[in-house]
Amino acid sequence: MADLSNYRFTASHEWVRIEGSTATVGISDHAQAQLGDVIFLELPAVGTALKAGAKFGAIESVKAASDLYAPVTGTVAEVNAALTERPELVNSDPYGEGWMLRLDSANADGADLLDDAGYTKLVGA
Amino acid sequence: MALRTPLYDRHVAAGARIVEFGGFDMPLQYSTIREEHIAVRTRCGLFDLSHMGEVRFTGDHALEVVQRLVTNDVARLEVGGALYGVMCNEAGGIVDDVVVYREAGGYMVVINAACRPKDVAWMGDHSGDCTFEDVGDAVALLAVQGPRAVGLVNGLCADEVAELRPFHCIDSMVAGIRASVSRTGYTGEDGFELYVDAADASALWDSLLEAGAGDGLIPCGLGARDTLRLEAGLRLYGQDMDDDTDPYSCALGWTVKLQKGNFIGSAALARLDPKHPPRRFVGIELQGRSIARHGQPVIAGGEPAGEVTSGTYSFTLDHSIATASLDGGVPADAELSVDIRGTVAAAAVVPLPFYRRPKGA
Repeated sequence: MADLSNYRFTASHEWVRIEGSTATVGISDHAQAQLGDVIFLELPAVGTALKAGAKFGAIESVKAASDLYAPVTGTVAEVNAALTERPELVNSDPYGEGWMLRLDSANADGADLLDDAGYTKLVGA
Repeated sequence: MALRTPLYDRHVAAGARIVEFGGFDMPLQYSTIREEHIAVRTRCGLFDLSHMGEVRFTGDHALEVVQRLVTNDVARLEVGGALYGVMCNEAGGIVDDVVVYREAGGYMVVINAACRPKDVAWMGDHSGDCTFEDVGDAVALLAVQGPRAVGLVNGLCADEVAELRPFHCIDSMVAGIRASVSRTGYTGEDGFELYVDAADASALWDSLLEAGAGDGLIPCGLGARDTLRLEAGLRLYGQDMDDDTDPYSCALGWTVKLQKGNFIGSAALARLDPKHPPRRFVGIELQGRSIARHGQPVIAGGEPAGEVTSGTYSFTLDHSIATASLDGGVPADAELSVDIRGTVAAAAVVPLPFYRRPKGA
């Protein structure tokens, strides 16, 4: 079980890990399990400015397609290139190798975030 | 509450994700759809298909009745033979797609779980003097599919079934359990479907998994079943066809035998031009990995041209595939695209099936 004490979650199932002004973004283990086999991610270009709560991309599994929402405000500094060839990393390691974005100038102002316990309660796991 | 197959407890114990399908709580996947899909393409997979319905027709008029119910020519079947066909309504629309087995005492018709109440009512209305019985609850169905499936089942079977021809079935014993062993499937791979008493299903399931471990046999859910059948170009009732779809319009004209004489829907089907049906069923490949899904619009030259009936990501071919139902007037060489949630993806028409198993495999 991953140590999720530094992770914060949205009600739309993204996670964010904030370190200083940098934030890393992905989706929760619960979300990947619900989606099943991920086969495609539509992610923003480096330099895109994201606002907390705004749509930043989409994820598709064999079962369903779903929009992705920015947990915090920031500017896209890096997109996980490994996901282009291996989108299944979102399934196998959602909190590690399955990360999606790194944001610069990240701030959580106006963001509605839950800690692990709050999120776990939300999804009824 | 949804129904359960006799193997439900096995699925839960194996950690399957359970979803409702056709009124049954069924395993969607045990591991991942990709892993199960690849197991069937390269080794072998075990499926619980006990949700499928079985109806038996017996008595002097069984042939007459089944012949009127289905489009294909049942009269040509000898005992142990099977065929695929559809049941049509009077307007020529498809009530269900079925497999018909010729048994010593009559016929067994295998129907889709979701269609069972409708089919049984329909069959009852058209069963005439023939005795017909819905035996779906008493019969369990397991499928072993993949390049190693034949060797595995043959090794457990009291009879030599490796040479059993496609769409043929024999009554035998598998792992000491009485079973009808049928050389049929819904995956595009070689293999068998095993019809057994519901009470024997768990014992056979366990024996197959134990005996198949060395061949890499794993349990597979409905998720992989869907990706496998779509690669193999096989239709799914409710998605690719329904009560308003005639067999020609979903490329199942080969199951329609008008020359056999009158059957339900034959008059309506005789009025259609098999070469130019109301709708045209095509396979399409999409650029990129985004999946086209049931009901999404197909566009030709900026105009609506039809809709996607089934779509998935092909793990074998590594790209997105779909089937579509096009308006009959769309030219064969039209450039198509699919509106996937507002993003337009170019689509190339390709022959079905998308995947054909290697010869001799």
